[in-house]
Amino acid sequence: MRVLLVDDEQELVETLAERLNIRGIEARWATTGDAALERVDQENFDLAILDVKIPGISGIDLHKKMKAKYPGLKFIFMTGHGSHDDFTAGSAETGADYYLLKPVNIEELIDKMTKLMTK
Amino acid sequence: MNRQLDAEIKTGLQFFGKMTASISHEIKNVMAIINESAGLLEDYSLMAEKGMPIDPERLKVVSDRIAAQIRRADGIATNMNSLAHSVDEFRKSVDIRETLALAVGLTGRFADMRSVILDFQPPSDFPAVITSPFHLLNLIWRVLDFAMDTSGAGKTVGLTFEAGPKSVKIRFTGIEALTNEPSTVFPTAKETALLGMLGASIHQDAEKGEINLVLPKDVRQQVTAES
Repeated sequence: MRVLLVDDEQELVETLAERLNIRGIEARWATTGDAALERVDQENFDLAILDVKIPGISGIDLHKKMKAKYPGLKFIFMTGHGSHDDFTAGSAETGADYYLLKPVNIEELIDKMTKLMTK
Repeated sequence: MNRQLDAEIKTGLQFFGKMTASISHEIKNVMAIINESAGLLEDYSLMAEKGMPIDPERLKVVSDRIAAQIRRADGIATNMNSLAHSVDEFRKSVDIRETLALAVGLTGRFADMRSVILDFQPPSDFPAVITSPFHLLNLIWRVLDFAMDTSGAGKTVGLTFEAGPKSVKIRFTGIEALTNEPSTVFPTAKETALLGMLGASIHQDAEKGEINLVLPKDVRQQVTAES
């Protein structure tokens, strides 16, 4: 499984990517919308994990751009705040497959990723 | 409640809400980084238990990262505390340098989200004004918000001040696109209300791309741009 992590907090995506790599999941990261778009053009990914708020572009707009170019790509959103209702409404609006609250539990993240890839 | 007072309270509450929401997002990000770093240390220890060699330098990188996030959280908490205490008194002596540093600290995340750089260049003096700290912070935020929106992504908004005999001038610079903005757009009714409460005035210099906020050294005195 190849995953792209996008969040403006470099230390977060860097560390999370290393933890996923340790677990045999190939993870790359980007900290801006432009860098993320560049990476998906250069490499094949199965899944993108996006922060809802990214400098210069919202995660939701970034998701739309990526989805338009790569319809097979799956998405999980990470957010600092939100209720279950927010997530349900957000998922309906964005078409995101899952939302996760920060701080993320890595086992829960991997569980969601696995479910998504076997859907 | 009278309509103007109602609007002033609403403006103040919106500012307070916006700042505390932003602070809570920052705290969540700090927690997320510390959470992943702690998890990574646990991963390393499990790997070591299985006999896999772990480079001590990797451990140092992670512990440095945690220490840096603790310092960041300390700064966020300090700013939050200062914001909370800004409503303690509505007329007190305020250090302009400290107030601007706090405003820049509170605005940092909004600047990052817009890919705008805030460049605070304080001169060597420490002027004080007698004013309402909360309303002053609110007004500085509103000018910065406008300046960041107007300057656009990739630009730098500068911030400095000059002390005169009766007033302090806060200068917001680098707002190059100000020339394209009709002067009627800013200040809006919200800034005008805050200016009235602080006895302050705003002057735009489209040619220089600057907005100057002139504050009286004592809120009971009205000032002009030249005071």
